[in-house]
Amino acid sequence: MKSSTETREARSAEAGHWGKDTRSDLHVALEPRDSRGFEITLESRVAPYYGDSIVAQTKQVLESLGLKHARVAIHDEGALPFVISARIETAVKRLGLTTLRKALPEQFPLPQPSAQDRLRRSRLYLPGTEPKYFTNAGLHGPDAIILDLEDSVHPAEKDAARILVRNTLRAVDFGGCERMVRINQLPMGLEDLAEVISESPDLVLIPKTEHPQQVAEVDRMIGKLKHRHKIDRAIWLMPILESALGIENVFAIATATANVAALTIGLEDYTADLGVTKTPEGRESLYARSRVVNAAKAAGVQAIDSVFGDVGNVDGLRRWAESSRELGFEGMGCIHPSQIAVIHDAFTPSQAEFEQALKIVAAFEEAQQRGLGVVSLGSKMIDAPVVERARKLVARSRAGARATLKRPEQ
Amino acid sequence: MTVTERVELAQNAAGRMVPAMVNGKPQIPYLGVGKYQARGRKAAPPVRSSKDYPENGDKRVPDLETALRKCGLRDGMVISNHHHLRDGDRVALMALQAAAKLGVKDLTWFPSASFPSQKAAIELMQSGVIHRIEGSMNGPLGDYCTQGKMRGMGVLRSHGGRWQAIQDGEVHVDVAVIAAPTADFFGNADGSHGKSACGSLGFALADSIYADNVIVVTDNLVTFPCIPWQIQGNNVDYVVEVDSIGDPAKIVSGTTQITRSPDRLRIAELVARFLRDAGIMRNGFSFQAGAGGIALAFVDFLRRMMKEDGVKARFVRGGSTRYLVDMLQEGLTDYILDGQTFDLEAVKSIASDPRHVPTSPFTSYNYHGKGNFASMVDAVVLGATEVDVNFNGNVVTHSDGRLLHGIGGWQNCLAAGCTILAVPSFRDRIPVIVDEVTTLTGPGELIDVVVTERGIAINPARQDLLDAVKGSRLPIRPIQDIKAEVERICGGNPARPQRGDRPVAIVKWVDGTVLDTVWQVG
Repeated sequence: MKSSTETREARSAEAGHWGKDTRSDLHVALEPRDSRGFEITLESRVAPYYGDSIVAQTKQVLESLGLKHARVAIHDEGALPFVISARIETAVKRLGLTTLRKALPEQFPLPQPSAQDRLRRSRLYLPGTEPKYFTNAGLHGPDAIILDLEDSVHPAEKDAARILVRNTLRAVDFGGCERMVRINQLPMGLEDLAEVISESPDLVLIPKTEHPQQVAEVDRMIGKLKHRHKIDRAIWLMPILESALGIENVFAIATATANVAALTIGLEDYTADLGVTKTPEGRESLYARSRVVNAAKAAGVQAIDSVFGDVGNVDGLRRWAESSRELGFEGMGCIHPSQIAVIHDAFTPSQAEFEQALKIVAAFEEAQQRGLGVVSLGSKMIDAPVVERARKLVARSRAGARATLKRPEQ
Repeated sequence: MTVTERVELAQNAAGRMVPAMVNGKPQIPYLGVGKYQARGRKAAPPVRSSKDYPENGDKRVPDLETALRKCGLRDGMVISNHHHLRDGDRVALMALQAAAKLGVKDLTWFPSASFPSQKAAIELMQSGVIHRIEGSMNGPLGDYCTQGKMRGMGVLRSHGGRWQAIQDGEVHVDVAVIAAPTADFFGNADGSHGKSACGSLGFALADSIYADNVIVVTDNLVTFPCIPWQIQGNNVDYVVEVDSIGDPAKIVSGTTQITRSPDRLRIAELVARFLRDAGIMRNGFSFQAGAGGIALAFVDFLRRMMKEDGVKARFVRGGSTRYLVDMLQEGLTDYILDGQTFDLEAVKSIASDPRHVPTSPFTSYNYHGKGNFASMVDAVVLGATEVDVNFNGNVVTHSDGRLLHGIGGWQNCLAAGCTILAVPSFRDRIPVIVDEVTTLTGPGELIDVVVTERGIAINPARQDLLDAVKGSRLPIRPIQDIKAEVERICGGNPARPQRGDRPVAIVKWVDGTVLDTVWQVG
């Protein structure tokens, strides 16, 4: 297989996947020729229903990319149109033809732009080459989905994942979810940006961030691309701290640009860097996590925790998420939809906490109106930081409740 | 008559074109739910006399060939089998091959369901031993039928419809061959014990009562009496002992597993929440769910909600699995009324727990009876291949018209207080909600709720259910709305594959009328 950066022309190329265990994907083998137009063979379970449509789309995509004559063999496993386009475009680009053209699928209307301080309790990771997880991801109601171009994508598939993720951002309805992309480490991450920024992701995660310059570089690149594609909505940044050095530089990273919305931490790599074992209790990363929280608060951005990797261990996840909130984190990652509800539960203040906070705020406001210097609730003195904490808690509870109302099916 | 002859068609009350005559017998087109009034008297087998049977009760004969010869099997007769051993069954093919050795031709094979492991029946159709199959067909047998290769027309019936057809005399069974995991020489038989234990033998009960001749085949002969007995020896002519009636690994699953698919789990959870929020889940209620991935997960979600709310069911209907058994043991239900037993835990339970009761299509499903359990169940959760915007359901064919599933108890279950189809909104790229189902298996007026991962559609005819969930946080949506969204995702309305114009099988409604036709494909 050829990577998209090569310019040498190949005789044939392929892209995508098929086979017994593959769903919602498609494999295309492409062999350009000098004449006689297209010769397309198709094998698909859905051929009686969408066979003609797949063949027509194939021709249209090839033509739009400048091909006129080719032998094309397609094994389809129920791929949706945006996947079909992506796989064919990948094959064409792997031929090494120097085309800048894209075969973009029909656009689904963009959701509302994302705010810097929006609710980010949960973000669901979706491997960038597994289209079967994309279409229904939003239904499970995470606050965000992450289309991943980094660790879940094999090095030989980076080009394919980029194009697929670009089409996914454009065509898939993720409901009320914030649409995030995790790019690769720089410099490869810049290629990722060049492909996906045109489709206005809401937030870009920068892996293995160790220096503020890396954040600034990503920010500049995004700025250029936004200008080129005439995008005026925000694209936020979330650096991932995954090394001892990254942790040491965390405040500078958080303040590297005004577009940082949150910091997060990657514990697999961090514990490996320290040479310690990652445990379900997380004692070994307590310092790093606390430091991330502190730096984030100092910089006025959100602190978001790592993922909990044991999908079967619901009690462990709940304990982790609760302790994470106690440390000051505002959310964490999910690797399976079944983790979402547990995480939302843990990061949403309880009804009792909410009511107590409301009382504190009310007592304070009443005292203000009456011009009283000292505020008390019951036998307890209420000073300014207590009121501030209560206000934050009320705001977060209401944001959680709004998110739930917007997605009544949760 | 063979299907190559011209077939006269009539339009039934559902607007479907159905043959007026099938395999030489005149048919009544479907008239609507509850519209056809059955009359007359039930069928009955000939009177027999004890003097013709051994006084010591020993009805054993050396092999099936001998038994079939003694039953007087001859050309054109109806021979029946049952699917309580599921894909592990060896007895049906044993019986058909023994018939072949006797040199008989043109049999009607009348199984309660056929399975892919019985594909050797195709050779028996090609060699003329079998004329046609009247029973569910899928896999290779289904393809053989839908390709128009079967000489006679297939007749698909529900479990209750099969009882009705036998009882009403529509199908006269000449010889019934019943696989028995345990039996005595008198013919008393039980399904819950023995190395090939499968649980209930309910599917064979009608044949044992109404067939002219009954043969019991067992691989676990016990000294009289076989206790308990589900089949009564007084109805049995001959007993044949064999080494093995089936492959235990394929009779029951070791353990049935809940789906891990997030989308299917979501569907299952929405079904459970619907029952809770609509107030159907309440003390003393009842429900039925099958053994499919979504159904199992649904039972697990419901069980948790019942515990949370302190709710207990009076009875649940099987297809039983360990999940229902757990509920029984935790006191979340008083009884399991079981039609089919799917895994080892459930077989163990039905053999040892008197609250886990085997039932038959007569008690559960027969529409021509003095009532049946199906209509007393508060809620049932079923699957479907397709459902249309008028809530009509298809379970028997793929969207391209090839036979896919038997009807099973599906049609009968539609009588429940609340019928829920739990289906993904699309499979591969194929939308499940369509304008019109390919093969009508269940009338929309009996289907109340369609639950997909994208939302819940309630039949507008069920204003009571719409009212019951008003104000809940469930994603209730019009069915057209879900359909439109799925078509957008799938890239437009799928093409309708061209269907043939030759009927190859009919779908019966629970009252014996003809609901729809399966047409030749390709």
